[in-house]
Amino acid sequence: MSESNLMMHHYLAKYLRQERMPHIWCEGCGNGILLNCFLQAINELNVDLNKIVVVSGIGCIGRVSGYINVDSFHTTHGRAIAFATGVKLANPELEVVVISGDGDLFAIGGNHFIHAARRNVDIKVICANNFNYGMTGGQYGPTTPLDAWTTTTPYGNIEHPFNLAHLAAAAGAVYVARWTSLHVRRLKASIIKALQKEGFSFIEMISPCPEIFDRYNKMGTAVDVMKWFRLVSQVRHGCDPAKAEITENEILVGEFVDIEKPSYGRLLREMTSRVQDKLKREES
Amino acid sequence: MVDESRAVLTGTHFMSGDLACAEGALAAGCQFFGGYPITPATEISERMSRRLVEVGGVFVQMEDEIGSIAAVIGASYAGKKAMTATSGPGFSLMQENIGLAVMTETPLVIVNIMRGGPSTGQPTMPGQQDVMQARWGSHGDYEIIALAPSSVQEMFNLTIECFNLAETYRVPVILLADEIIGHMWERVKIPPAEEINVVSRKKPKTPTAEYQPFKPDKDLVPPMACFGEGYRFHATGLTHDEKGAPETVSAEVQTELVKRLADKIRKNAEKIVKAQRVMLEDADVAVIAYGIPSRAALSAVREARKKGIKAGLLRLVTIWPFPQELVSDVAKQVKAIVVPEMNYGQLVREVERAAKTTPVILLSKLGEEPHRPSEIIEAMRRAVK
Repeated sequence: MSESNLMMHHYLAKYLRQERMPHIWCEGCGNGILLNCFLQAINELNVDLNKIVVVSGIGCIGRVSGYINVDSFHTTHGRAIAFATGVKLANPELEVVVISGDGDLFAIGGNHFIHAARRNVDIKVICANNFNYGMTGGQYGPTTPLDAWTTTTPYGNIEHPFNLAHLAAAAGAVYVARWTSLHVRRLKASIIKALQKEGFSFIEMISPCPEIFDRYNKMGTAVDVMKWFRLVSQVRHGCDPAKAEITENEILVGEFVDIEKPSYGRLLREMTSRVQDKLKREES
Repeated sequence: MVDESRAVLTGTHFMSGDLACAEGALAAGCQFFGGYPITPATEISERMSRRLVEVGGVFVQMEDEIGSIAAVIGASYAGKKAMTATSGPGFSLMQENIGLAVMTETPLVIVNIMRGGPSTGQPTMPGQQDVMQARWGSHGDYEIIALAPSSVQEMFNLTIECFNLAETYRVPVILLADEIIGHMWERVKIPPAEEINVVSRKKPKTPTAEYQPFKPDKDLVPPMACFGEGYRFHATGLTHDEKGAPETVSAEVQTELVKRLADKIRKNAEKIVKAQRVMLEDADVAVIAYGIPSRAALSAVREARKKGIKAGLLRLVTIWPFPQELVSDVAKQVKAIVVPEMNYGQLVREVERAAKTTPVILLSKLGEEPHRPSEIIEAMRRAVK
């Protein structure tokens, strides 16, 4: 079977805009794994493909929205969450998923992230964290570890990185999970859970960046990085996200937060009903 | 639950320009407002936060103006008529996403109640200093529509017109008002709902599988599907083909797209442009004005006539696209043109271009006090001497 035939017959093929393939991502990049897990999740949940919207920002993973065969929008840099907020509030029937990178979501878009989490807007945010700005050639970002080499930290990084899971939890997310691109089944399970949960959910996937960050930092091939993930990852469900740091010797993964809190949309609809009922009573 | 019965406050009211703007938006069918507090536009947010809930719409106060315009674009793509309101500093923050709205052909309305700049400037004082920012603020080549109200009634009427133009041409439309118009209280007549002309975006007639989101009709405007309607389309701020697929290297696709985005305004400019001609028939000196200075200009022209000066007024309602031909026609007839603006000379540049050899005199005002009719009369007198 030829490559194109293989793709057409793959059980997830119907979820892809096949005319946009091949994708732009490097060999060994985790973005394809994230996309695969997301497609498996919507396949297993049998999501109504006419009622799901995928929104992305700018960067390598930003192209993901163009690849998935649902309503999708590729926003400006950092604004995916703000755009998604508008979509979800304007039409609460839609399932709105933001898939973007660590630089897009937490540097230029950081303000939107914390406020959407605080408001508990009912959107799902999935972040591919590769520790740098890959698309522009490997500059340091808000997740780059101390001492790491990037094209704009030629003497090593002197900025402390964000712990994204801790940030999400502190800002008010009702569901926070972290996996690496090695944990495909658990990542898929987390996406399924987030899609079924009301409120602002955040899933971080630690990704290899074999052509850029990993190469600059002499971490070996993509397979070597996956081996490193296996070696140092420890599953700690319910772990205090503040303590879930990522170091060379330890990556704590798991479901860190899973709480219930009314979403912004629910509170808005309840308030609207109250106000409209009162107006009707006053009129009658 | 959407309750349109409360959207139109039919009757005669005494209200401010900001409040009239909010009521105009609701009368036009606005169901989503995303904004951030800023003087002198805050009253629009305040009114919308109360009224939108009554009509079952959505008000959200975003974390900044960048988030506001992004949420408004999202809401429009989700099928709602949507707007934001701001002033100079917030308008500056919105510029990148105004470009996104242009590129993704998103109908939406941005209200800018202009104050004094640059920077934080004079927040409670009037200005008309964002005229060129409205035209050229975002990067890249594009055309934009901007309307300039000169009364509280026009704040109501033109907000509706902004929505209608946005929906007709799939563009962001700017209501460019100044602080005086925003904060001034006047009588406003709101007609019955059925007498208000409300336009909504044209929807695709093609089967969902054949729909191409950026394939235009003859009027250069593509029909607009929204999220959740089964079309499963993609939109991007990248240069894209008619299917919405990114095309980041083709000169052909770039040329075709950029030209169409501009041409759908340029080629329809005659239909879009609105202006008011006052006593111009036999005039040999004209005032060309918009917004608050046009009120003093009207008094000045009437007064000048009494003094034997053959004065006329061209009041621009549409400032972008610039009413080139209307200004040209006036310029051919008069000896001089006076342009009172509350800035250091912005729209006057466009007037000069259209006026060719006819002398154009700028009457610049910065700060609290708008032009006095006597100043405009004096300028006209000097011009025709």
